[in-house]
Amino acid sequence: MASRLEVRKTYKLYIGGAFPRSESGRTYEVTDLKGRFLANAALASRKDARDAVVAARKAQPGWAGATAYNRGQVLYRVAEVMEGRRAQFVDEVSRAEGHPSRRAESVVEAAIDRWVWYAGWADKIAQTLGGTNPVAGPYFNFSIPEPTGVVAVVAPQESSLLGLVSVLAPVIVSGNTAVVLASELRPLAAISLSEVLATSDLPGGVINLLTGHVAEVTPWLAAHMDVNAIDLAGVDDRALRTQLEIAAADNVKRVRRPDTDDWTADPGLARIRSFLETKTVWHPIGV
Amino acid sequence: MSPSPVALIAEPGAVGDVTRSDAALRRFLHGLPGVDQVGADARAAALSTRSIKTTAKAFAIDLAISMIDLTTLEGSDTPGKVRSLCAKARRPDPHDPSVPMTAAVCVYNDLVGLAKDALGDSGVKVAAVATAFPSGRASLAVKLADTRDAVVQGADEIDMVIDRGAFLSGRYLEIFEEIAAVKQVCQEDGATAHLKVILETGELQTYDSVRRASWLAMLAGADFIKTSTGKISPAATLPVTLVMLEACRDWFDATGHRIGMKPAGGIRTTKDAMKFLVLVNETVGTEWLTPDLFRIGASSLLNDLLLQRQKMATGRYSGPDYVTVD
Repeated sequence: MASRLEVRKTYKLYIGGAFPRSESGRTYEVTDLKGRFLANAALASRKDARDAVVAARKAQPGWAGATAYNRGQVLYRVAEVMEGRRAQFVDEVSRAEGHPSRRAESVVEAAIDRWVWYAGWADKIAQTLGGTNPVAGPYFNFSIPEPTGVVAVVAPQESSLLGLVSVLAPVIVSGNTAVVLASELRPLAAISLSEVLATSDLPGGVINLLTGHVAEVTPWLAAHMDVNAIDLAGVDDRALRTQLEIAAADNVKRVRRPDTDDWTADPGLARIRSFLETKTVWHPIGV
Repeated sequence: MSPSPVALIAEPGAVGDVTRSDAALRRFLHGLPGVDQVGADARAAALSTRSIKTTAKAFAIDLAISMIDLTTLEGSDTPGKVRSLCAKARRPDPHDPSVPMTAAVCVYNDLVGLAKDALGDSGVKVAAVATAFPSGRASLAVKLADTRDAVVQGADEIDMVIDRGAFLSGRYLEIFEEIAAVKQVCQEDGATAHLKVILETGELQTYDSVRRASWLAMLAGADFIKTSTGKISPAATLPVTLVMLEACRDWFDATGHRIGMKPAGGIRTTKDAMKFLVLVNETVGTEWLTPDLFRIGASSLLNDLLLQRQKMATGRYSGPDYVTVD
């Protein structure tokens, strides 16, 4: 029997629920830790980042307007589809991060569990982070957490799946939409996650995934006037980080600096809280 | 071999000859050379791949802004909406006085007076859609009264629709006389309103029909020919605009008189607008690259042009929070 021809993969971006090639037509080679070829990934340009922001903006009102319960269900469904692709994720994590498969399995399980954990938070954020405030007058006074808007996320470079899930899920669970730049050297798990998202119930544009160079794409996202917040988790270069923070100040973006490499620890609510605004409403009593 | 119709029209008095009867007019219009549909599509597609960058792009953006007929044609138009549209036409970007004004504001004819007041002596023109827009289904008397109403209120430009039913059933002389009558109303009592004739190309089925309708409108005295009402799809496509621009070019060759062109409907992005400008430049030449001879009927296009302009000025991407909401 003739041996099978190898199927070499050239992945694409995930923007607005579709899988376009990079506008620039460029790709780059993704290798494992020892330099062996794994696949080609699209090399995103500034225009891809622009398109992704447009898609995220378009999807934002609908996603924020969905009921919290519905958002929770949609996110749980994503975890279900991830569970179905476990073997693929284990393989990708193991090759990209150099883990033995037993270890990779536990990383993938932790990532799926993390997604489920965040899905559960969807309809509990308002109760936990909002509330009624005591005021000296005949008013009810409520503080209600609301999503910030479009959030640019630079995913962690080392932890290609667990790290990605840990920064991405807390952004979208509250009704934000995201433009994510995957780990530059280890993007395959993120690309598979985008395939998961496309086949789950997540509306197109809520998560937009780019693959490419951090130094090339992030300045455009940081300076973009229609991006409301940026998470710099995956920007390891200190000089670049400073430059991005300065660019982000132009439209007073919320900036989250990298603070941990330990993605296995209990995440707490800090990341959800980072991308929320608080609306306070005064309501007269007895009217 | 008989001389080409285009050459025929160049003879003195020829226009009167070809329009003296329905039969003569039909003979003339059907004698026009047919449009190579595949060729027109390919030509338009080829021209739309031009890359316009840096200073050329900055020039084209400002040119496109100055050519816009800023349009609102909704049943729900309110005086407030028209006033804010007029303010936007005068000063498209409140933060940047260097942005040119748009060419005109285009409204239904009961709002002409209001738009005139709001625009004052700014130089922005007021265009009114008349003659039972958008369907054109009314008697000639009603259409003329409709037009007169707009002209009396001070409309600088009249956008009329042709009777597509009459065109498709071959009653060309009827349309010719209708356009000529409307043109006359535009110039009644010393008024000097320009006449734009809307062909509604989306209902004309073939490029041959588009070419015939263009010639018919020009014979009858149109100052501008316009693709669409914007109420039906497809509206202004590139190949249709190409065919109409070729008619303008041939008319100029035959008569030495320049007719303007206005694509309208479905032009929403800067990229789209650039394609139309390239098409104009390559088909009729730079003489047409002026608001006097080329207009773009649009509403959301202006915001996209402004966003692109801001991007070029600041080097960073802007967003919908930084232009006015229409």
